[in-house]
Amino acid sequence: MRRQRARGLLALPALGGLGALLAWGFSGLSPFGHFHGFYGQLLNAIALPQRHTTNTVAAVTFDYRGIDTLGEEFILFTAVIGVVLLLRKAGRATPRDVAQDVVSSQASRYFGVIGAGLVLLVGLWLAAFGYVTPGGGFQGGVVIASGIAVVFLACGYRAWLRVSNEEVLDPLEGTGAGGFVALGLAALIAGAPFLHNLFGPGKAGTLFSGGSIAIANWAVALEVAAANLVLYAEFLEQYVMTLVRDTGDE
Amino acid sequence: MSVLAYGVAAWIFCVGIYGAIISRNLIHLAVCLSVAQSSTYILLLAIGYRNHATAPIFKGFENRTKAVDPVVQALTLTDIVVSVTVIALILALALDAHEAANTVDPDELVGMRG
Amino acid sequence: MAWILPLAVAAPLLAAALLVGSDHVAPEHFKDAIALLGSGTATVCCVLVLLQSERRDVLHWFGGWRPTGGVALGVSFVADPFGAGMALLASGLTLTALAYSWTYMRDAARPYDALLLAMQGAMAGFALTGDLFNMFVWFELIGVAAYALAGHQVKELGPLQGAVNFAISNSVGGYLILIGIALLYGRTGALNLAQIGHELAAHSADRLVVVAFTLLVTGLLAKAAIVPFHLWHADAHAVAPAPVCAVFSGAMIELGLLFVARVYWATFEPVFPGPPIRSVLVVLGVVTMLVAAVMCFLQRHLKRMLVFSTIAEAGAILTGVGLLDPTSLAGAANVVLSHGLLKAGLFLVSGLIVLRLKDADELRLRGRGRALPVIGMLWCAAAVGLVGVPYLGVFLGHALLDDGAGSAGIHWLQPITMVSQGICAGTLLRAGARVFLGWGAAEDELLTPEPEERVPERSAFAPAMLAITGVVVALGLAASVVPGLERRSEAAARRFVDHAAYAARVLRDAQQKPTPRLPYDVPRASPASIAYGAGATVLTIAVAAFGLWHRRLPDGVRRAARRSIGPPVDLLRSVHSGIVGDYLLWIVAGTAVIGAVWAFTLT
Repeated sequence: MRRQRARGLLALPALGGLGALLAWGFSGLSPFGHFHGFYGQLLNAIALPQRHTTNTVAAVTFDYRGIDTLGEEFILFTAVIGVVLLLRKAGRATPRDVAQDVVSSQASRYFGVIGAGLVLLVGLWLAAFGYVTPGGGFQGGVVIASGIAVVFLACGYRAWLRVSNEEVLDPLEGTGAGGFVALGLAALIAGAPFLHNLFGPGKAGTLFSGGSIAIANWAVALEVAAANLVLYAEFLEQYVMTLVRDTGDE
Repeated sequence: MSVLAYGVAAWIFCVGIYGAIISRNLIHLAVCLSVAQSSTYILLLAIGYRNHATAPIFKGFENRTKAVDPVVQALTLTDIVVSVTVIALILALALDAHEAANTVDPDELVGMRG
Repeated sequence: MAWILPLAVAAPLLAAALLVGSDHVAPEHFKDAIALLGSGTATVCCVLVLLQSERRDVLHWFGGWRPTGGVALGVSFVADPFGAGMALLASGLTLTALAYSWTYMRDAARPYDALLLAMQGAMAGFALTGDLFNMFVWFELIGVAAYALAGHQVKELGPLQGAVNFAISNSVGGYLILIGIALLYGRTGALNLAQIGHELAAHSADRLVVVAFTLLVTGLLAKAAIVPFHLWHADAHAVAPAPVCAVFSGAMIELGLLFVARVYWATFEPVFPGPPIRSVLVVLGVVTMLVAAVMCFLQRHLKRMLVFSTIAEAGAILTGVGLLDPTSLAGAANVVLSHGLLKAGLFLVSGLIVLRLKDADELRLRGRGRALPVIGMLWCAAAVGLVGVPYLGVFLGHALLDDGAGSAGIHWLQPITMVSQGICAGTLLRAGARVFLGWGAAEDELLTPEPEERVPERSAFAPAMLAITGVVVALGLAASVVPGLERRSEAAARRFVDHAAYAARVLRDAQQKPTPRLPYDVPRASPASIAYGAGATVLTIAVAAFGLWHRRLPDGVRRAARRSIGPPVDLLRSVHSGIVGDYLLWIVAGTAVIGAVWAFTLT
């Protein structure tokens, strides 16, 4: 107890010092709203003519700084492996264990399924048009995963297990992450630098713009959706296991 | 306005780290770290903002319209993903701690010291 | 041949993705083959890159976005000999860990291999990148893979504690780096190292640049296990499986130090005066060396002992980097190489000890190692390599470090390094003598007891593990006498510190003058270095003897010693409390203090 109290008291001057240092440093930034960084302005100007992509953020993420996105994909991928390694043990909850898992309201079930479908559609649209209008692979992937997760809320754990089969999700995740790398390697094999655009720039403002940006976008959407679903599945299973223990079912 | 924009980032960072230092629960700690990381989003996006500028998306806009910086937005996207993954891992560790040692208090999770 | 550069990163990552994707469908041997192929390909690529970078830096722009008008559009990988060498060390050690783990971790789920592969790709990327944000991405990937690997055997409290402390401390280090990157972007509008340097040089250093530099360096030093940011390393390394620890100690820690050097020389060198930075970095290095050496001596747990010895060596490497001149930098690089190999070998030996003797505690294992003469010889050989005996192991690196310090006019650094090395190596020899020869007392109240080590289930001993360990130790011992190594590392260091040439190469694709062909000889070391090496040897033997038989000293001497050095040592031990809140407090306080010092001296 005394140690924690001492730590809390000592933390105040330490953080005060750090905060002062940060504030002192931040005061050297240009005033809010007057940023003149030429990198961003340059990219805004050339992304459309060079890559025929109207969403510059997508062009930056998937093309100009595509290798950063590759690394980030693998951060997500690795974290999911880590969570699975930490949580997946012998003794999964099977559907028969969860006796209490019955969604009694028909309305909840029907409207839930419709809702899940709508969310899924929105997610697919966000991912598909991600490089044309606001959106993108990441955003779309997260929404797709959420849409599928609504199935648990609407229809219960058994239905969820049917849509979140690990034997389907693991290959999907691997394909998404591996697909991005394969895209880069394909460029290498063709004699161009890694992640160079092998396909034409396409027609701006349509689904066929951006060339390799579109493929990278979908690889990311696939990977993010699969990764999120695996995460939900693992944590959800831990929760369900506590229910099984509480009711005494084995 | 600059003081507010950048000051909020510095304040949130310090508050998040303070919460992490005095935390008695791993789940609370994970959320505190998430708060501290959100200060970096605020900082990045505040840095990239331009007055009277639109989003860097040119569908239906002329290419020469003044737009905010797209690079910081891409950086923030990456940052968010990193944050999600670290929080997920810490939460998984918290679950395991509860399982193995029946506690989620970092002060009691001490097997090795010295 | 610049296309090889991305392959060093892409191959292991692709292999990891394939491993997980085919987890449920492919047979075991297929998956083993993928892992080996991915890791091996990357290692071979690193060798090729190293050979090519010897004459001029190898440059690869991702996506083909070459700089236009001196403005970097995309992300670049720039391979100079030190970066390529670091990538090779990281890849090679991970390949070794994978091979060693085949029997050591047979019950491990497939994810273990995928995590190691992801870590390998990220370490290669970190060593080769020329872009600040790209470095952050690889930093986080290394971290995420490492947290999961450290907390791998989570049925115990120890791994949980290690993984939790690791995850939280490393993340906070990452936040500091990110704020630094954001500040630099806000000032210069660039993320490429050379570009930022070019923009910063146009104006004088002001508070924003000082704070950004502080945050970048402290975040990197947290990864590099420098006091006061080192506290979590002991917990994390002590609980990870032995082959994983080999990778952590052999490569992961040193990467942080490499990037401190790179970010200084590529970006900040023309902006700041050298002396304030030199003072702070050298002081941090010295404090780390001494604190870690004392903590190393106080350990009973073999892996924790090894980690503190690594932290002490990291302090020595930091002094080499912090002296800000080419000779010391060359020395630091050589220490990274020899120490990396020897420490990895020691961790692999500790894995064998845990496997055969089912424990990792020096006192509990007393005498039980007599049945394992070969393992004992490997342990002692590697420990001798770490002493600094002339022409063996870390000698070349420390000789260059001493020369660099001498030419900078600093003469108190060499004895301190010698003392720190002597204490750490003496502790390792003490442990070796106690375990494998049964010498020394059975009880020792100086040493901190730790909980028992758990052997990974269903692991079997295979002669291959012994062979792999032997090869690694032999390479580490021979690192001081590789023909031509000394001349080449000095030439590489001179290229590393040439800020203008780096900027010209990266931003304007200027043709570099190729380094002239150097002879393959082993230069004679200076008498001073040999003297320090001999001194370290004597000190090692003295420390080992003291550790084994200190109870035989007269009571009066022991009581006086306990009264005088007892309290500070106990204070030091209590600082390493195992509680993550304390660690974060130290990180915050350390950053604030270093920032304050540089705020006053650099503006």
